Amino acid sequence: MTGQAFRNADGGGIDRTKPLTFTFDGKSYQGHCGDTLASALLANGVRLVGRSFKYHRPRGIFGAGVEEPNALVQLRQGARTEPNIPATRIELYDGLVATSQNRWPSLKFDIGAINAVLHKLFPAGFYYKTFMWPAKLWPMYEHFIRHIAGMGKTPTEPDPDDYAHRFAHCDVLVCGGGPAGLATALVAGRSGARVVLCDENDTFGGALRSQPQTIDSRPAMDWVRDTATELGRLENVTVLNRTTATAYYDHNMVVLDERVADHKIAPENHEPRHRLWQVRAQEVVLTTGAIERPLIFAGNDRPGVMLASAAQTYANQFGVRAGERTVVFTNNSSAYAAAVDLQAAGIEIQAIIDARNEPPAGDLTRAKDAGIGVLTGHAVVAALGNHAVNSVTVMALNEDGADVTGEPHDILCDLVAVSGGWSPSVHLFSQSRGKLRYDDDLTAFVPDRSFQRERSAGAANGSFDLSECLSEGFTAGAKAASQAGFEAAAMAAPTCGTEPELRPRALWAVPLPDFLHGKRFLDLQNDVTADDVGLAYREGYRSVEHLKRYTTLGMGTDQGRTSNVNGLALMAGRRCEAIPAVGTTTFRQPFTPIPMGAIAGADSHDHVSPTRLSPLYQWHKDHGAPFTTAGYWMRAQAYPQGGETLEEAYLREAKHVREKVGIVDVSTLGKIDLQGKDAAEFLNRVYINGFAKLAVGKCRYGVMLRDDGIVFDDGTVTRIAEHRFLITTTTLHAGAVMTHLEYLAQVEWPELDVRMISVTDDWTGIALAGPRARAVLECVTEGDVSDVALPFMGFQETHIAGAAARLYRISFSGEQAYEINMAPGHALAVWEALLEAGAADDIIPYGSEAMNILRIEKGHVVGGELNGRTTAADLGFGKMMSSQKPFVGHVLAGREGLNGEGRQQLVGLIPVNGRSRIPRGAQIIADTGAKTPIPRLGEVTSQCMSPNLGHPIGLGILANGRARIGDTLQAHSPLTKQSVAVTVTDPIFIDPAGERLRG
Amino acid sequence: MTRYSIFSLARNALTGHKNWPQAWRSPEPKPEYDVIIIGAGGHGLGTAYYLAKNHGITNIAVLEKGWLGGGNTGRNTTIVRANYERTENELFYEHSLKLWETMSQDLNFNVMFSQRGVINLAHSDAQVDAFQRRGNAMILNGSDAMLLNPAEIKARAPHLDCSADARFPIKGGLLQPRGGTARHDGVAWGYARAADARGVDIIQNCEVTGLDISNGQITGVQTTRGAIKAKKVGIAVAGHTGHLATMAGMRLPIESHVLQAMVSEPVKPCLDTVITSGAVHCYISQSDKGELVMGGDLDFYNSYAQRGNFPRIEDVVSSVITMFPSFSRLRLMRTWGGVMDMSMDGSPIISKTPTKGFYINGGWCYGGFKATPGSAWVFAHTIANDEPHELNGQYRLERFQQGHMIDEHGAGPTPGAH
Amino acid sequence: MLEIKCPWCGPRAQTEFSYAGDATLTRPSLDTATETEWYEHVYLRGNPRGPHDELWHHAAGCRRFVKVRRDVTTHEIIATAGPHEHLGGGGK
Repeated sequence: MTGQAFRNADGGGIDRTKPLTFTFDGKSYQGHCGDTLASALLANGVRLVGRSFKYHRPRGIFGAGVEEPNALVQLRQGARTEPNIPATRIELYDGLVATSQNRWPSLKFDIGAINAVLHKLFPAGFYYKTFMWPAKLWPMYEHFIRHIAGMGKTPTEPDPDDYAHRFAHCDVLVCGGGPAGLATALVAGRSGARVVLCDENDTFGGALRSQPQTIDSRPAMDWVRDTATELGRLENVTVLNRTTATAYYDHNMVVLDERVADHKIAPENHEPRHRLWQVRAQEVVLTTGAIERPLIFAGNDRPGVMLASAAQTYANQFGVRAGERTVVFTNNSSAYAAAVDLQAAGIEIQAIIDARNEPPAGDLTRAKDAGIGVLTGHAVVAALGNHAVNSVTVMALNEDGADVTGEPHDILCDLVAVSGGWSPSVHLFSQSRGKLRYDDDLTAFVPDRSFQRERSAGAANGSFDLSECLSEGFTAGAKAASQAGFEAAAMAAPTCGTEPELRPRALWAVPLPDFLHGKRFLDLQNDVTADDVGLAYREGYRSVEHLKRYTTLGMGTDQGRTSNVNGLALMAGRRCEAIPAVGTTTFRQPFTPIPMGAIAGADSHDHVSPTRLSPLYQWHKDHGAPFTTAGYWMRAQAYPQGGETLEEAYLREAKHVREKVGIVDVSTLGKIDLQGKDAAEFLNRVYINGFAKLAVGKCRYGVMLRDDGIVFDDGTVTRIAEHRFLITTTTLHAGAVMTHLEYLAQVEWPELDVRMISVTDDWTGIALAGPRARAVLECVTEGDVSDVALPFMGFQETHIAGAAARLYRISFSGEQAYEINMAPGHALAVWEALLEAGAADDIIPYGSEAMNILRIEKGHVVGGELNGRTTAADLGFGKMMSSQKPFVGHVLAGREGLNGEGRQQLVGLIPVNGRSRIPRGAQIIADTGAKTPIPRLGEVTSQCMSPNLGHPIGLGILANGRARIGDTLQAHSPLTKQSVAVTVTDPIFIDPAGERLRG
Repeated sequence: MTRYSIFSLARNALTGHKNWPQAWRSPEPKPEYDVIIIGAGGHGLGTAYYLAKNHGITNIAVLEKGWLGGGNTGRNTTIVRANYERTENELFYEHSLKLWETMSQDLNFNVMFSQRGVINLAHSDAQVDAFQRRGNAMILNGSDAMLLNPAEIKARAPHLDCSADARFPIKGGLLQPRGGTARHDGVAWGYARAADARGVDIIQNCEVTGLDISNGQITGVQTTRGAIKAKKVGIAVAGHTGHLATMAGMRLPIESHVLQAMVSEPVKPCLDTVITSGAVHCYISQSDKGELVMGGDLDFYNSYAQRGNFPRIEDVVSSVITMFPSFSRLRLMRTWGGVMDMSMDGSPIISKTPTKGFYINGGWCYGGFKATPGSAWVFAHTIANDEPHELNGQYRLERFQQGHMIDEHGAGPTPGAH
Repeated sequence: MLEIKCPWCGPRAQTEFSYAGDATLTRPSLDTATETEWYEHVYLRGNPRGPHDELWHHAAGCRRFVKVRRDVTTHEIIATAGPHEHLGGGGK
C-alpha cells in the first residue's frame, strides 16, 4: 500500500490483493482492482486534477460518477488517446496513463491562470462586448481565444479500435441497475417477457454500492447479488453492465452504449471497444437514479469541495478517505448518513453545517449518537485555500436565506462534503418527450406525464427510500410486463432499513457577505457563477435558454448535471417567478457522450457507403485500369499500355474505337424489366416520345421528364415481347427512375396492368463498338447478325460465346455498335471470347474516359447536361416530344419560364485557335473585360481533346445557343486563370447524319 | 445604447458588472404599429433593424412566440458562405457576405464572424468540373473562390484523410476564403439590441394566432397577448412559414422538415477551416469553444418536432470519421434538431403576396443563417417600398408557377432533396 | 428511430423506407388538367402542423408504397395502410 496514504486498510469493494500501477502527469502511482482513476488518485492524496475552462482555476475531483464536471483527463496515449474523460468514469487498469488538461506548462503552474487574475474583465459573454476594434485584429483575438479554450486534445492518428452495432427488440427495457431497476427486471423477467437490463457501472446495485442499507435484515448488496444472479440465469433476460442508456428516440428506441473494453489497456483481439445497441422496446422502465446537487458558495470550486455522496462513495466503495478533516454542509437529511460513514472511514468530522433551522429530530439524534456537532441555520459562505481547500468560513443564514448574518467563523478542514439536495435523473425521460413536474418538497423536477410507453421508478421518479424504490420497481416491472402481454406475479416488497426523508431547504446559492470576495460557481466545468446569472438577468437574457446560451451554463461535457437546477432557480428568483414558471432547458441526446467511432460502428471508411463492382471488375484491375466512382459504382477509366499516362491511354482508345473496334464494360447502366398488358401504355405516359407502336424486337431511345417538365433521365427501351420491355437508365439515376416508375404504377395508375423489377445486377453489359464490330461479333455467335437480320435499333436473343445473351444494336459511341447482355457468371467468358475473336481485327478494351470522349464527339448528353434544370427542348429533344399523347411533365414543361428567349440550349464548342483545351468548368461569356458582375451566357458542361478530330471540343449550354451557332465567345475560367475563344457549333461533331452507326 | 468596448468592459469591471443596462427592453405591445414582423430570429430582428436604419421606419413590433433567437438562428451549424453557382443566388449571398464583414462594428456587438474559409471537397473528376464551374460563376459575380489541390487541402486541414485509396478520395476542393463561421446566438442578440436601440419593440412570448385581413389587405394580427394592428406585416418564421401562411389562406411551395446538428466535446484547435462534402453528406467546423460542429442531410420526413432520429446521426458521424479518422475517439456531446422550410427549388422566398401588406420571408432550406443580414436587408426594402429590392425580385413567390425556378442542385420539386 | 407498420411486411425500422411525400394530393389528369392545376399539385403543400398523411416507400423491403398518418409535431404514427386504402385514426 505504498504511497496510498488515504487508503484504509479494509473496507470497500476493491481487491487489495491486486495492485495496479498507473501514471498521472508522468508520475507513477498504485491503485487496486475495483478502483476508478478518481478513487486511486484520492487514495494517493492527489487532489489537484485539472484546470477550469475559462479561468484556469485549479480543480479537483467533485463527484464520483457520471455527474463529474471537473476532473477531466486526457486518457491513454498515441492513437488511443482520448480527451475530456472524467476520472470518476475510468475503471483503473494496470498501465493506465492519464494526463491533466487545459494547462501549460504544468498543472501546478498554469500560465492560463492569469485569466483568474483578470477575471473581472471576463464576466459571462464578455467576448460579445469587445475584440471589435480594430476589425482586422479579430483573427488574432480569435486565435488566442481558441487556444485558451478547448480542454483536451484530439488524437492525431486513426483510431486502431473497432466498434460494433447491435439491434435488439425486447418487451421490457430497464435502464439502470440500482435497486429499482433490479426489482423491475426481476418481476418482468420472471413473467417470461424478453427483458434487457443495462447499467452504466461494472456491477449492479447503483447507490447501494456506496450506501450500506439492509434488505430483509441482510446487507442490501446481498440482495443485489442474488437478484443479479437470478437475472443472469433467466434466458429471456439480457443483462448489460458498463452500458449506459444514453439516448431515447421516437417509437421507444433507446440507444445503449456498451463499453466493452474501456476498462482494459486495449481491446482483446477481435473485441470491439464499444458496442452500440439500438433497442426497440415495447415498454421502457427508467430506473436511472438521482444526482446530488452541490451548494453554491464562494470558492466552492476548490479541490477538496466535493459532493457528500461522492465522499461517501470513496469511503464506502473504495476505502478511500477523500480528506482528513471535513466539514459537511447540507440543506437536507441525506448528508447525515454520509457524515456518519465518513467518520467511520476515519475522517474527522469538524461539523455538519445544516442550512435548515430545524432539521428533523432523527437527523440530530443520528449526529449526536456519532458525536458529530451540528450547526443549524448556518451556511458555509466561503471555502479558502489555493490548490486545495484548507478552511471554510461559516455564518448564520437569515430567515428567508437571502442573507447571512452574525459573526463569521472559520473551521479548518481539507474536505468540504456538500449536499444541496437531489435531482432525479430525468434526462432519458425528458428525451422521450415526457413532461416534468416541479416538486416543491424535493426541490427538484420529477417525471410527470409520459409520452411514450415508458414509466419511471425509484429515485429517478423522486422516490429515495429503499423500500419505496423496491416496491415501485416491482410495480413498474409487473405493469410493463403486462402491457407487453405477459402475466407478472405480484411481489411483496421486502423489509428494508429506513432512511429519513430528504426534507431539503431550498438554498440555491449562499449569499456572499460584503466583506468577502470570491466566485460562487454554478457550473464548474464552464466557470459560470451565481453572479453571471445576475448579469444575464440585468442584461435581459432572462429565459432559461438565453441564460444557458449567454453564460454557457450547462453547455459542458457534463451537460450541467450538477448546475442546471441551481441556475434556473436563481434566475427564477431574479424574475420573482416560481421555478416551474421559468421552466427547464431541453435535455438533448445523448445523456453521456458517445465516441464517434461507436456511433459509426462498421459503417465508416471503406464501408461508409456501398461499393458496387461490375462482374468484370477483377479483369479490369488485373489489366491495370485505374478506377473512378460513378455513384456507388467503380468504373475502369482506361487501360494504360507500356508506360502510357492515363490521358495518353484514353486518347488512344477513343481513336482506336472509331478506326477499328473496342469493347467497354457498361454494366453500371440501370436496367428495368417491365411487364404487363398495359406496359406499352405505361411507357407511353412516362416518356416524351411514343412507345405504343414500337415493334417486338426493336429498341428506341427515350427521354423522361419530371412532373415539373425538366428532363429526368434518358435511355433505351426494347420491346422484348408484346407485353414485356427492357428499359435502361443512366447509371446515376437508376434508383430514382425505378422508384418513380413504381410510384406511378402503384399509386397513381393502379388501373394499369404493369409490373416491374430492377435487373441491373442480373445482366452484365458489354458494348462492342467500331467499324469492325460486326466482324468480331460474327466470330462469337452462330446467329445471323447481318445488317438485315439485326439492323440499327434491332434486338435479338441469341448466344454469344456459348452464353445465352441479349443483343441490342444500339450505339452510344456513334459507331456500328452492339450491346451484349448476359448473366454475370458468363460475363468474363464472353469478354475474353470477344477479345480473342477480335484479335485479328485489332480489338481493344476501352474505359469510361474513352467512352466519354466518344459521346462528346457525338453530342450525347450526360450528367453535366442533364443537370436537373434543362428541358427537352434545351437539349435538342424538342422534336421528340409527342403531340399525339400526353406524358408526364408535358403540362409544366409549357411554362413561360421554360420556353422562349434566353433558354440555355445545348451547343458544341471548338477553340478558335484549334489548339487550346477548353477549360474545365468554364463559363461562357461575351467579354472578359466587362464590369463585374459579368453576365454568364452559358457554361461548358463537357470538354475533351478529340483524337478523331485532332482538336479540342466541348459541349455547353448557352443562352439562345442554337441561334448563336457560328459566333465567337469566351470559355472563361478565372478560377484557373484560363480563357479560350471558342466558336459555337452544332453539338454533333462527328457523323451528324449517323451513317457510321447504321453501317 | 451603452457602447460595448474594452473600455466599457473595464469600467464595468470596477463596479462588479452591476451597471450594465439591459440589451433590449421587454415592452408591452402597443395597439398599433406601422409594421409588424412575426418572428424574432436573426431574419426578423435584422429586418426590423434595417427598416429603422435604412428606411426610417421605427414604429415596429417584432413578435416572438418564444424567446428571441430560439428558432433556427440558435440551432444551425453557423456556417457563412456565398458559394453559389446560380447568378440570382450568388449576387444575393455575396451581398449578405459583405454585410457579415462589417456586422460586429455596425451592431456594436461581436458576432465573432470568423473568415476561416469554407472548403467544398470534390471526390471525383465530375465534381471537380462542377466545382470549377461554380467557382468561375462566383468570381464572375464578384465573389471570391479558389481551387485547391489535395495537398493544399491537407495543409489547411491536417486531420483530413487525403489518401488516394480512400473510399471517396479527395480530388480537389473549392475554397471560398471569405466564408467562415459566426456566433449564431450573437447575431440574434446583436440585431435585437441594435433594433431596440432604434425604438423597435421586441415582444417575446407573444404567439400570433391569426391574421386580420379585410378586402385583400392585411390590417393586423391576433396574438396570445391581444390584437395588434398594422397595415404591413412581414413573416420571418423559418420552419413555420407554411403554418403562418395558412392563416392567410395560402398554400406555399414549402414543406417543413427536421435537420439535425451535433457537436463533439470541446478540444484544443484541430480544424481551422470549414469542410463540407457533398459526396459523403456532411459539414464540419470547430467552434471557438473547441467543439466540432457537424451536420448533414435532413431526416427526410416532414416534421415540426425540432428533434430527429438516430439514423441521421449515424450517417453524419460515419461521414465525419471517414474523412477525419483521428476524430473517431472524440465523443459526441450534444445533438439537436431544427425545423427547416424546404422550398420546392431549394431557394428562399422573399416576396410580396396576393394579400396586400403581407410579406413572406422563408423557404430557407438549410441555408438561412448565412443569409441573415442580406435577407433582412432586402426584406426591409420590400416592406418599406412595397417593391422587391433588385436582389430579391427573383425570390418571388410566383416564380414556381412561371417556371423561373432557382434550382442550384437541379433536384426539382422534391423539397427534401435540396 | 421510427417504426413503420408496412401493411404487407409488418412493423419495420424507418431505415428500410424512404419518404415519398404528401399523400393528400390528387394527381391531376394527364390529359385534361390545366397548367395551374399541375402547378398546384406539384408545388403547393398544406404542410400541416399535426397529423399528416404521407407516403413511404418500403424501398429496402417489399417496395410497396405505404400510406402513413403521422403526427409531425410528435412523430407518432396513428395509422398505416395501402396507398388506396382508408386510414384509420383521427385527423387527416
